[in-house]
Amino acid sequence: MIGVFHPGTSLVHRAPALLKLGVLAVIVTTVALLGSLAWLGAASVLVVVLFAIARVPFALAWRQVVPILWVLAFAVPVQVIFGGWEAAALMALRLVLAVALAALYTLTTPVSATLDAMQALLRPFRRWVDADRIGLALALAVRCVPLLADLVREVLEARKARGAEGSILALAVPVIVRALRTAEHLGEALTARGFDD
Amino acid sequence: MSEIVFERVSHDFEAELVVDDVSLVLRERRVGIVGANGSGKSTLARMINGLVTPASGRVVVDGLDVARQGREVRRRVGFVFTNADNQIVMPTVREDVAFTLRRHRLEKADAAARVDAALDRVGLTDLAERPAHRLSGGQKQLLAIASVLVAAPAIVVADEPTTLLDARNARRVAEHFESLDQQLVVVSHQLELLESFDRVVVMEAGRVVADDVPGAALDAYRALIG
Repeated sequence: MIGVFHPGTSLVHRAPALLKLGVLAVIVTTVALLGSLAWLGAASVLVVVLFAIARVPFALAWRQVVPILWVLAFAVPVQVIFGGWEAAALMALRLVLAVALAALYTLTTPVSATLDAMQALLRPFRRWVDADRIGLALALAVRCVPLLADLVREVLEARKARGAEGSILALAVPVIVRALRTAEHLGEALTARGFDD
Repeated sequence: MSEIVFERVSHDFEAELVVDDVSLVLRERRVGIVGANGSGKSTLARMINGLVTPASGRVVVDGLDVARQGREVRRRVGFVFTNADNQIVMPTVREDVAFTLRRHRLEKADAAARVDAALDRVGLTDLAERPAHRLSGGQKQLLAIASVLVAAPAIVVADEPTTLLDARNARRVAEHFESLDQQLVVVSHQLELLESFDRVVVMEAGRVVADDVPGAALDAYRALIG
């Protein structure tokens, strides 16, 4: 969700976020329940077709799937040893398909649409749950990932410049202090933008 | 034009007096506030939209008491921070500008038109779908300005908006400030930014030590810092 939205006008882009979330849940659940490689192969074709309809460039789609391949590089051999090659192949295909489908959703759906969908989902429970607040919390969680990544990178550079590469203290203290200060500033900015309750 | 009134305002942080019995009436279109670090200028600016509530005295914006009617005041007063990174909430440029309007309960088409107008105003239309955190420092500050302008505030307050920018980006941001129709209050160390303003207030140790047209006020500030 962090800056991977790929703008477009395809059918997948134009579909309502709530519908896409529903379809995503149904397909991922179905994939998890499918017990044969042939059916998973058919599901793989469906996912490729969905990417084609969304007109997502292959390189961009591939970048979303690569991280799970690193996990599989360790998980598949373990599964082969304990469950056999077929169980390992089923697990690997299920995971790749689930990640690819989630990536397709984030590539074709702006975060604001997801927030709107979340708020629509929570509306029936508004007596007990503040949908605006949950939407804001989700937006902030998404925003904080690149913010904290930048912060850690800067502190790592500063630590290196001071010749303290191995020091946990030289990493943890500035990161925690700056994260708290950033949180304070972000809260102040939200207040200034009218989110003050 | 709007009116900002400070009535015998004082404030302290951890027993240290940072604003000391300040009374001002700001009616000019463009007002600058200068002062050394710790002079209380940023605290004074933050009081205008209630980010800081004075320990004593009161701040009134267009007849609204900031301490008691903070929400209404914040609808009238937009605030631009020094570090635009702290102001960005949403992943893309367009979404971040639109975020300001989430509480305004506007029709989607109306909100989209206002977002487009704000982006166009600061020249970020071509970058609307870009990840906000990957913009340059100058572009991020322009995004912060667009996020404020989209709410159509009567007053824009900016706390050292060009301090973290290089000379070229600082000039670009300053030009956008100069073109605003709103009443503008800018806290800055960059004196050339304030030279064309209508009034400059000089702060020192929490007090107003000069309050004049830019020429005289900035000369007083230069004399103060030696």
